Amino acid sequence: MASPDEEPAAPTEPERWRDLDMLLSRPGNLVDANFDPSPGLRDMMGSLAEVLVVGAGGLGCELLKDLALSGFKNLHVIDMDTIDVSNLNRQFLFRVQDVGKSKAEVAAKRVMERVSGVSIVPHFCRIEDKEIEFYSQFSIIVLGLDSIEARSYINSVACGFLEYDSDDKPIPETVKHMVDGGTEGFKGHARLIIPGTTPCFECNIWLFPPQVKFPLCTLAETPRTAAHCIEYAHLIKWNEVHPGKPFDADDAEHMQWIYSEALKRAELFGISGVTYSFTQGVVKNIIPAIASTNAVVSAACALEALKLISGCSKTVSNYLTYNGLDGTHINVSDFARVKDCLVCGPGTLIELDTLTTLSEFIKILEEHPKLLMSRASVTHEGDNLYMQSPEVLEQMTRSNLGVPMFELVKGVARATVHVTGMAENNGKKASSLRKLRVVFKGVEEASRMDESS
Amino acid sequence: MLNLFKIKGQKKEETANTNGRPPKKQSPGELRLHKDIAELNLPKKTRVTFPNGKDNLMNIEVSLRPDEGYYVGGIFVFTFEVPHAYPHEPPKVKCKTKVYHPNIDLEGNVCLNILREDWKPVLNINTIIYGLNLLFMQPNDEDPLNHDAAVVLRDDPQKFQRNVQTAMSGGYVDKVYFPRCK
Repeated sequence: MASPDEEPAAPTEPERWRDLDMLLSRPGNLVDANFDPSPGLRDMMGSLAEVLVVGAGGLGCELLKDLALSGFKNLHVIDMDTIDVSNLNRQFLFRVQDVGKSKAEVAAKRVMERVSGVSIVPHFCRIEDKEIEFYSQFSIIVLGLDSIEARSYINSVACGFLEYDSDDKPIPETVKHMVDGGTEGFKGHARLIIPGTTPCFECNIWLFPPQVKFPLCTLAETPRTAAHCIEYAHLIKWNEVHPGKPFDADDAEHMQWIYSEALKRAELFGISGVTYSFTQGVVKNIIPAIASTNAVVSAACALEALKLISGCSKTVSNYLTYNGLDGTHINVSDFARVKDCLVCGPGTLIELDTLTTLSEFIKILEEHPKLLMSRASVTHEGDNLYMQSPEVLEQMTRSNLGVPMFELVKGVARATVHVTGMAENNGKKASSLRKLRVVFKGVEEASRMDESS
Repeated sequence: MLNLFKIKGQKKEETANTNGRPPKKQSPGELRLHKDIAELNLPKKTRVTFPNGKDNLMNIEVSLRPDEGYYVGGIFVFTFEVPHAYPHEPPKVKCKTKVYHPNIDLEGNVCLNILREDWKPVLNINTIIYGLNLLFMQPNDEDPLNHDAAVVLRDDPQKFQRNVQTAMSGGYVDKVYFPRCK
């Protein structure tokens, strides 16, 4: 049987890379200050740089192909999803017979078959399933995701590696670069996140518009649109009829039930427009994907990765938006960092004795000239060390007050601690949440090595 | 340009990385929630508990005891499920106590604007608790989730008062049984 996969032989190796090698082996006027053109640069970056692609969907397929064709040889891809028949129109690495298989695994295999010399390691799991250490091996993390939550997670992991020196300057070896792509119908963005230098995802998360949510009483009493009927079935009717049974949007039977209930309700109120695919769209918040938008955004992202790693041209500063809806429009905005961002900011440096207790530490915060924080509650990597209120939590954490901080942060030489309290801000006391870099005097790096081993 | 040789050197050092384990993640949402909780300024007689212990504040139980209005004397328990995307996304709030109320249905869904369409990241857990408290002080018949209760409240407030009392003491209203919640 003749398969559509059969293609003419791939170009021979040097031929394939001719244009890229020209770009990487010749000097120019618009290059990065550290650009070091040489005929071997492509090989060097290919073998030294490890790049992680997060997501193997619409953007991920494009990204893997683009990165592989840009000279990157060590790629990893992570995606928890399996291939659905509705993906095939744009996720071009997948075929009908792949339906049900892991996106990451199939995408990795297909690109490796087509671009020789490229190694792609697939990870068929959730991003949260990986140890944090997993992410430390990559020089660049490229994001092809579709949710704020997943972006925020990867952003906090990547920024978590960032360390600052005593002058609050980022230490270059600890910087994990991120290139974030995103598309929604005809619109898309590509942005470069250099933790400590350009704004991180959390610095301007407020840019995202809120999701449209209908009032429950409108759904229950006065539905006016097909979407109202669908959300009624989804949010109200489901629990009424199936108490205790969680709704699963990926279960076709569940979706079918929602559809038929929504249809009944639409008939009752004389509303038209409820279809099965619209039901899926409303419940799963699906926005129709446009293959070309993915291609445009992915190309921009892959280019940024290439420029970042090689220095062959200046990188974008720092947020590119693409809009193909009314004509075509591309804009680049230079967003600013939030100085005391909880995720990427340096935090206030505080030196403590190993014997300083938590209550002494809270005292220190009151007098610290940069903080002047009273009534501080303290949290460290998810452990609530002390809570001023409510009473129930104060009681549960009170016993920590006499314990040395060094012990509470489990004997590490340096710890990131977050504190909440009333702090001075432009001469006024206001409730504040601050990040602190706590360093313990006299604790050697060596002791931390012992600790980790 | 990333210094590729540095990257190479870094790899070798990786095992000997003196900085030990990278920090465990604490999401920005958790941090913001920590602030919200530390600053809670609850209405009188309102209690909060944390079913998953002091280090997991993402699940909260709030019990309200209205001190005026139709619902005086009742205890109403709400569960707050705070999403990771908080405060970009609002907490999911349900009423665990079965209540005869125009704006709360029998499955515990609550019609309060700031929980859905009017949620903004500047709002917080405290605002929601005050909003819920207000629902018990001033139930309204304009945003009904329990249609029958809303109609009674609008047309016959005295009957509504009696129904609320019956439900809170444990009894049937319109063939629906309400367990005692006083």
